[in-house]
Amino acid sequence: MENALLNSADYDAIRISIKVAVAATALSLPFGFVYAYLMTFFRFRGKLLLEVLVNLPLTLPPVVIGYLLLVVLGKNGFLAPLLELLGVRLIFSWKAAVLASALVGFPLLVRSIRISMASIDLQLIHASRTLGAGWLDTLLTIILPLSRTGIVAGASLMFARSLGEFGATIIVAGNMPGVTQTIPLAIYDYASAPGGETAALSLCGVAIAISMLVLLVHELLNKKLARRN
Amino acid sequence: MELRMVASKSFGGAFNLDVDFTASGEQTGVFGVSGSGKSTMVSLIAGLEQPDSGEIFLDGECLYSSRRGINLPPQRRRVSIVFQNGCLFPHLSVEANLLYGLKRCAPEHRKVEFQALVHVLKLEGMLKRGVNHLSGGEKQRVALGRAILANPRLLLMDEPLSALDDSLKLQVMHYLKRASEKFGIPYLFISHSLLEIRLMTEQVLAMAGGRVVGQTSPEQLARERMGLSQVGYINLLQVEKLRKVGGLYVYRWGMEELFVSAGDDGGMAVFELSSRDIILFTRHPEAVSARNLLKCTVVDTFPSGNKVGVELRCGHETLIAEVVVQAADDLAIQARNEIYAVIKASSFRRLG
Repeated sequence: MENALLNSADYDAIRISIKVAVAATALSLPFGFVYAYLMTFFRFRGKLLLEVLVNLPLTLPPVVIGYLLLVVLGKNGFLAPLLELLGVRLIFSWKAAVLASALVGFPLLVRSIRISMASIDLQLIHASRTLGAGWLDTLLTIILPLSRTGIVAGASLMFARSLGEFGATIIVAGNMPGVTQTIPLAIYDYASAPGGETAALSLCGVAIAISMLVLLVHELLNKKLARRN
Repeated sequence: MELRMVASKSFGGAFNLDVDFTASGEQTGVFGVSGSGKSTMVSLIAGLEQPDSGEIFLDGECLYSSRRGINLPPQRRRVSIVFQNGCLFPHLSVEANLLYGLKRCAPEHRKVEFQALVHVLKLEGMLKRGVNHLSGGEKQRVALGRAILANPRLLLMDEPLSALDDSLKLQVMHYLKRASEKFGIPYLFISHSLLEIRLMTEQVLAMAGGRVVGQTSPEQLARERMGLSQVGYINLLQVEKLRKVGGLYVYRWGMEELFVSAGDDGGMAVFELSSRDIILFTRHPEAVSARNLLKCTVVDTFPSGNKVGVELRCGHETLIAEVVVQAADDLAIQARNEIYAVIKASSFRRLG
C-alpha cells in the first residue's frame, strides 16, 4: 500500500467526502423543495429578507459560515444547551461537515429548483385544483414531477459543491484523518507538507473523476427527463 | 343549472369586476371583448381567485360568501375548466390525464363512465400516447374529456377554441356540445367570438368593462351587434350537398337549393353568409349574374346603426339581410311584403 497512489487515509477521505456530500444533498433536498415552492408561489412579509439570508453563503467567504456555525453550535454556542439536552455532538464530527456543506450548497440547490418551478404554467396548477386536487395533492402530482429537471440539476450542483467544500468544513469539523478529513482537506495537508505532491495530485485526479461522473449522470438524467416530457 | 353571482373585485384601480346576475340553463355563453372581465369571472366561480366581496351560489349551494365567511376551495366546488390551450399535464399520458379528475371524484358523484366518454370523444387510439404528440384539436378533446370525467356540476369553457384553426373549430365544437349533452353536464361557454357563442349556447351574458351589461339570446345579441360589426350579421346555413353542376356545388337549404362555389364533396355542411352580401328586390329581377334567387317574405325590420336589418323567411328558414335606410325607404320594405333575395354563389363561406 505504501507504493500505491492512494493510501488508506486517502480512501477514508474519499469515503467521508462522498458520505458528507450525499448526506448534505439528501438533507437539503426536502427543505430546498419546500423553500423553492414557497418562494415561487406565495407572497408573504419578509420574503425579500429570507431570500437575502438564504443566498448569503453564495457571497460570504465559507470560513465566515464555518465560524458562525461554531458560534451557534460550539461548546459555548447559543444552541449548546439544547444540543446537550438532546445528547447530540455536532462540532468536530462528520455531521458538522454535513451541516457546513448543506449551508454553503443550499442556495445552488434552491436556485435550480426555483427556475424549474417558475417555468410551470400556472394554469396547469389551476387545472389540477379544479379537477379535485387539494394543494398538497397538486404539489406532489404536478409541481414535483414538473420540477424534476431542476431538482436533478440542483442536487448535482449541490453534491459537487459539497465535495469541494473546504473553508467552512475545516473550521466547524476540523481536519481529522479518518473522522472529518475530506478530499479537499487531505489535499491541503499533502500540499502543505514536503514530498506530498504525488499524493495531492492523485487525490486531485479522484476529485476530478467524481465530479465528471456527477456531471455525466446529471446530463444523462436531464436527457432522459426531457425525452419523457 | 342555476348560477347566482353578485361579486366585485378590484385590481388596484386599473380594472374592477362588478357583476350581478343569475344564469340558468344548460348552455350559457359569456360574450365580451378581451379585457371585459370574462376570465376573471371564471377564476372567481372556480375558486382560483377570491372576490373582495359578494356571494356565489351554484344550484343553491353557497360557493363563496364574504358576509358569511364561506369560501369553498376549488377542489370542493365541482367546477371544472377547459382552458384555451388545453393545459394537459405534460408529464402524463393521455389516459393518465383523463383519469386525473375521475380518481379524485367522490364515488357518489361518478356518473360518467371512462369507456363511454372515450368512445364519444373518439379517443380510443391515443390513450397511451404522450400529450406533446397530439394536434391542437386532439388536445382540446382530451382536455374536455378530462374535465367531464371529473364529473363537475358546471363546466367552464374559457375560450376553448381560440387557439384552434378555423378548420378545426367546428369539429371541436361538435365534440364539446355532444359530450356535454350526452353526459348531462351544463356549461358556461366564454368567448369573444359571437359566432362561437351562437353555435354553442342558448342564452348569453354580455360583458363590458367588468360588468354584465346584458342577458339575452345569442340570436338577439347578434342582431343588436349587427351595426357594430364590420362584417354585418352572419347568417349560418345548415345545408346538405345534392350535386355538382359545372364548377358549382348545389346544396339543399330547407326547401331551397343553393349554388355555392366554395363547396366540397362532404355531405352536410354549415355556411356563413353576411347580411351585406344579400341584395333585395321588390320585383322579380331579370337576367341576373348571381346564381341564387330566393323568393322570401319580410318578417320584420329593425334598426341597426345607420342601416336597417331585414328578417326574411325563405320556406321554413330565416335569413337576415341589411340595407341602408334610404334603400329601405325607397323599397318600402315592411313586414309581410314579398321580396326577392339575390346572393352570389361566391358569397358563401364554409365553416369548418
